Amino acid sequence: MGEEKEEEKKEEKKEPKEKIKIALYWAATCGGCDIATLDIDEKILDVVNIADIVLWPVAMDFKYEDVEKMEPKSIDVCLFNGAVRNSEHEEIAKMLREKSKVMIAFGSCACFGGIPGLGNVANREQIFKVAYKDTPSTVNPEFVTPQTEMMTNGGEKLTLPDFWDTVKTLDQTVDVDYYVPGCPPTVDRVLDAVGILAKYAETGELPPKGAVVAFDKNLCDECERKRDEEKKIKRIYRPHELKEIDPEKCLLDQGILCMGLATRGGCGARCINANMPCRGCYGPSPEIKDHGAAVLSAIASILGVEDETEMIDVGTPEEVEELLNQVKDPLGTFYRFTLPGSMLKRVIIKPEKEGGA
Amino acid sequence: MATEKKNFEPLIVGITCNWCTYAAADLAGTSRLKYPPNIRLIRVMCSSRIHPSFILYSFARGADGVFIGGCHPGECHYIDGNYKALRRIELLRRMLDQFGIEPERLRLEWCSAAEGAKFAREVTDFTAKLKELGPSPLRSE
Repeated sequence: MGEEKEEEKKEEKKEPKEKIKIALYWAATCGGCDIATLDIDEKILDVVNIADIVLWPVAMDFKYEDVEKMEPKSIDVCLFNGAVRNSEHEEIAKMLREKSKVMIAFGSCACFGGIPGLGNVANREQIFKVAYKDTPSTVNPEFVTPQTEMMTNGGEKLTLPDFWDTVKTLDQTVDVDYYVPGCPPTVDRVLDAVGILAKYAETGELPPKGAVVAFDKNLCDECERKRDEEKKIKRIYRPHELKEIDPEKCLLDQGILCMGLATRGGCGARCINANMPCRGCYGPSPEIKDHGAAVLSAIASILGVEDETEMIDVGTPEEVEELLNQVKDPLGTFYRFTLPGSMLKRVIIKPEKEGGA
Repeated sequence: MATEKKNFEPLIVGITCNWCTYAAADLAGTSRLKYPPNIRLIRVMCSSRIHPSFILYSFARGADGVFIGGCHPGECHYIDGNYKALRRIELLRRMLDQFGIEPERLRLEWCSAAEGAKFAREVTDFTAKLKELGPSPLRSE
């Protein structure tokens, strides 16, 4: 053992072990995932010890050209956060896939579309209209919107990426090896991911393709609140509507919509420990194909009224109608983080009266 | 355009419970009742077995309508399966509406094992309604 330590010292001084090369990229994202990477505090030094960073737009000044010049598969691991929302994201995703041996979808946006994925309830035209015209703080009488190309007075052509109608997940764009879900991934899971990098740097070993760096059970397994065996809720409350939320009792039993029952665990139940319901950022539990459908199914099943057998009539009785009316925005609630990765992927928008064509 | 609509034959995925609606379909068959051939029936043990993702998957793959059949309220072979199905389907219809798919494309009916005629009538009616609605917006052609 002593020898090893000496060796390490030697390595530090003279010939450091060959470092792995990593790239970190952000696409349609808030930047929180990059911050989450730094949340591992001093452990970031471990990363620097085993890896050279070749691209990290949020923190370091590398250019796309530098990466473009690299040989295919010369980057060991790419941590890609953010959904794919415009042509630049796609271009860089494809380039990084070509240059990287391992592609990791980092964070909920890259894994399932995330919050930017909710843009799939609208299309480009509608989004531009709100963003560049309708917002009260915008003064844009000529309705100037981003153009993909323009000529300057000097005759120089300038280009901008093309904004798409539909947000895509990373694995709808390129082949993805591993997934690190979370909005953002929690420190423990980032450390797990770093552990994978470290093991790879040391031994070249990797987990099986498609592995998700989180737990293989859903959040309820991790949650320590007491729950009723026979779950039935009569009224749905939003957290602020309750005077007091019992910190010991299952949130669903208290009438608060909690997505934990169909969401993958691994986050450490941090929202729940802060007395707030799970919103589903870790995505669907293993084996679930469609997160929203699974949550909808579970929530609908536990909505109940007093004496079921008496009250139900053929069709839709008022009580059921009333119960279901309490779920204000099923799509936005159940697919908050997973719309682009869902079965239907996006809302269908019919072309507005184009002369019946 | 008009001829297109006339010739349009909707594709219906029918998922029905073993004890009531599937038996009703069986009865409709043995009684030689006529109903349109647009429906493709899948038998499951209970209407509560039908996960909303089955329905979304059907739509994603181009079904024009989805027909769900279960036992009458109070008659579920598993006591309360159809109550759960009712809530799921009703909530799902609201969500389909948000997705831009007409909620009428998803239909839930209760037919007991003796109601072959009702089953035939509902399928006939559903097929006619879907013909009026036209092809599903998700149908890729």
